[in-house]
Amino acid sequence: MKAFLMYRDSDFDLQRKLPSHEQELIQDLELNTLFNAMAFGDKFLLEVVRKAVLSGFENDPDTIVYRQDILKDCLKNSSVVREIYDIAVDSIEKERKNYLGIFSKYPGSILYRSIDVMQMFVGMLKKLKNIADRHADQFESQGFTAFFAMLKNELGEEYYACVQNHLSELKFRDGVLISAELDRGNKGIHYTLRKHRFEKESWLKRLFAKKPPVYAFSINERDESGARALSELKDMGINNVANALAQSADHILSFFTLLRTELAFYVGCLNLHGQLAQLGEPMSFPLAMAPVERRHSFKELYDACLALTMGKKIVGNDMHADDKDLAVITGANQGGKTVFLRSIGLSQLMMQCGMFVPAESFSSNICNGLFTHYKREEDAAMKSGKLDEELSRMSDIADKITSNSMVLFNESFAATNEREGSEIARQIICALVEKRIKVFYVTHLYEFAHDIYDKKTGNAIFLRAERQTDGGRTFKIIEGEPLQTSYGEDLYYEIFETDHAIH
Amino acid sequence: MNIHSILFENTEDGITKETLEAPVFFADLNLDQIVDAVTAGRQEYNLKPLFYTSLHDINVIRYRQEIFRDLENEILFEHVKSFAQKMRAMREHLAQTDKLYYKYQKERWFLEAVGIYCDAVNGLAHDLTPVDLKSRGFLAFREYVASYAESNRFVSLLAETKKLIADLAAAKYCLHIKGNRIQVRHDESETDYSAEVEKTFEKFKQGAVKDYKIAFSTRPDMNHVEAKILDFVAQLHPDLFSNLDDYCAKNGSYLDGTVCVFDREIQFYIAYLEYLAIFKRAGLEVCYPQISNTCKEVYDHEGFDLALAYKLIRENSSVVCNDFYLKGKERIIVVSGPNQGGKTTFARTFGQLHYLACIGCPVPGTEAQLFLFDRLFTHFEKEEDIQNLRGKLQDDLVRIHQILSWSTSNGIVIINEIFTSTTLQDAIFLCKKVMETIMDQDLLCVCVTFIDELASLSEKTVSMVSTVVPENPALRTYKIVRRPADGLSYAISIAEKYRLTYDRLKERIRP
Repeated sequence: MKAFLMYRDSDFDLQRKLPSHEQELIQDLELNTLFNAMAFGDKFLLEVVRKAVLSGFENDPDTIVYRQDILKDCLKNSSVVREIYDIAVDSIEKERKNYLGIFSKYPGSILYRSIDVMQMFVGMLKKLKNIADRHADQFESQGFTAFFAMLKNELGEEYYACVQNHLSELKFRDGVLISAELDRGNKGIHYTLRKHRFEKESWLKRLFAKKPPVYAFSINERDESGARALSELKDMGINNVANALAQSADHILSFFTLLRTELAFYVGCLNLHGQLAQLGEPMSFPLAMAPVERRHSFKELYDACLALTMGKKIVGNDMHADDKDLAVITGANQGGKTVFLRSIGLSQLMMQCGMFVPAESFSSNICNGLFTHYKREEDAAMKSGKLDEELSRMSDIADKITSNSMVLFNESFAATNEREGSEIARQIICALVEKRIKVFYVTHLYEFAHDIYDKKTGNAIFLRAERQTDGGRTFKIIEGEPLQTSYGEDLYYEIFETDHAIH
Repeated sequence: MNIHSILFENTEDGITKETLEAPVFFADLNLDQIVDAVTAGRQEYNLKPLFYTSLHDINVIRYRQEIFRDLENEILFEHVKSFAQKMRAMREHLAQTDKLYYKYQKERWFLEAVGIYCDAVNGLAHDLTPVDLKSRGFLAFREYVASYAESNRFVSLLAETKKLIADLAAAKYCLHIKGNRIQVRHDESETDYSAEVEKTFEKFKQGAVKDYKIAFSTRPDMNHVEAKILDFVAQLHPDLFSNLDDYCAKNGSYLDGTVCVFDREIQFYIAYLEYLAIFKRAGLEVCYPQISNTCKEVYDHEGFDLALAYKLIRENSSVVCNDFYLKGKERIIVVSGPNQGGKTTFARTFGQLHYLACIGCPVPGTEAQLFLFDRLFTHFEKEEDIQNLRGKLQDDLVRIHQILSWSTSNGIVIINEIFTSTTLQDAIFLCKKVMETIMDQDLLCVCVTFIDELASLSEKTVSMVSTVVPENPALRTYKIVRRPADGLSYAISIAEKYRLTYDRLKERIRP
């Protein structure tokens, strides 16, 4: 029995390895804000959503749609979903409380403990089955339909009866029956637990049948070593069945654990959805295209992390960058370029793990990996120069990146003069684009930006932070030719609060 | 052909007493370390005496070399090893029999021991048949073991053993335990309940889970409850257990003497070859030396000190090989040169090669011709003791005198730094005297010394020196090469390194 709520036919592995540049992504895209909103203070949810979001690059379009459908069901039936989640959590916690005996050296106590745990699990499974009976028809997604059907098929009344029968039989009220053979030194081996055969012949027949020989003896009450020997024999007989039951309990435990883990992702999504809806922000299910395609179009895309942090609805952006490999973003300082870049990365991650995205509409091609290359603050401990450090990080990315990935550059390679920086950027970016890597580049390297613009290759889009004629900022990113100045002057004046004329 | 020993061709030699104590030169040549390593883990065979017993008959040496060569056939080697393993298992079973208390337990272990023995003999006879054997020793033994395996005595032992083992393995019974009462009865093949339970819960199977099976003690003995049950099982199967009683009473002395002797003696070869394999794996070579008891023109190419190489290989360090040869009238190798340069190792190698070759073993090197000595003497410098100056010099002289007076012209003498505890003039004088005697006796000799003059005493002496890396005199190459002793240039370079040359020292001394 498997939940299969994250993949059509495999389990969600919480132990999976995340991309080695996980920390950079978290830092550059402010992912902790997203994760915390989803976790809502629950450590386990935090762990799951972190793994689910950061491992999204492995998902194919089918998996994304599979999850989107399940998530739609969850949004419709959030209380039922949370109820199932609570049953899983409850089962796991109750099992944990009963851990005594699991480390025992005696099959007897392992068996005793396992019967107890099994009894509890069977009750929990029954609860699940009841939910399936009551609510299954409210769900439409393939994932949930299959899940409920499985509960109904596997956990019928007959099966419960059979399980109960075993659980009471295993208390051995009629004693333990064990077969054995002679091993080395004529010691017993292959101790095998046997089921009692209930005689069907009539008592009369039994009376006259030739009786097979039976030899018996009793251990004296004061013979402690004899009693120990006897119980060891018994233990050898029930060793296998104790193991089988303990393992079955473990299997059911891992069923609940997986169910909990996989649902945790959707519970996290529900949490986030609630918070963004409260801010009045739009959300939509994105259209994920194959990695080889070049799509990137959206309406009212916003940075969910910024909205969550500010606690209010923020400005969204539109873009139509289908068939583009490169987006160069220039323009005013503090005009929303970094926020825009973050919203690009964030929406891509959310789409690829099967979530809704913070936009009115959104479509994009899947990418095989997402990398960020941001300007870093100077590190006091850093011995090498800043450009050195930047290029070394770029080299790390080059070690890992594959085609059909995406890189977000934020003011990279500006640690030298503009001409050199532009030349480095030009060489790096051209190489990436030719290797089919999608690039978003926020930059003040005008020479670089203009050089690309002049080439008019057709696969690049140029965006800039909007600046109103009075120098005020709208935080809108609009399409437009790179401009020579980044309006640092504006900023200067704003900070120094002087009246000024607009040039 | 009758065979009695795989170590000696003639019975008479086999009776030659084994030497129980290590020869005195063993420690000096580190042969004790070699034999320790060779025989490690084989204490039960008591192999050391076989390595302590030197041979004086070229024919026996060849007899052994042939067997070594046969055993280089990996198939034969593995067959013999598997035989040895079974014999070892058999002995363990017999030892177990003695340790146990209950009769039916003892009897079963004995039965298994005989079973293993039969299997060992049969396996060996069968395995040896197709092997291409060349050595006189193996050919004779193969003939023996084949006829033994077909003898009535062995064939009936085998049949009886097999049947009894099979019957016991087929004996089944059932226990019913309730409270403190236990019933023993015939097995009536009720269903395996564990499997049934497992099947019921199969649908929940996820990934791998922990194994909760408890490992019970596998001690061979029994407690009284088990013994009581066994008694009842015997009553359930009365014929079977009375057969077992009869069998044990009848077959007390089932072992064949020749097979047992082979089992021990073949370990001499197996142990040594497994030891050599360590060196072969490290890319070093071993060879079968030519042995002569007349010709003193000895040589070895790419030889090495086994004891040292063993250590170096374990530390993953590389091993340096050295050559030597003596031609025509040459008898004495005088080794000089920087300390820690491998001089002592070279002397030891010379001694090890001769000793091992003369007990019939292959030796380090690609090609070797060695001399069958009658006695081997070593004189190695012990810790210097300034307090006991006169005493030590005296000891040295007494000992060297003994060596020279005992030795015949077929002896080998290995001298490592003697007379260091006296003045140089004395040392030169004494050494020359000793060397003259050695030359008069026409002994083979390796002499490690700091006295360069000894290297060119006569046409019988050959000079070899330890060498250093020319660019850095502190680095040793551990190569010992045939070259006139030239201590001077080396001394200057060392002085240079320590800035003690004339010019440097003048510069360093402050006004």
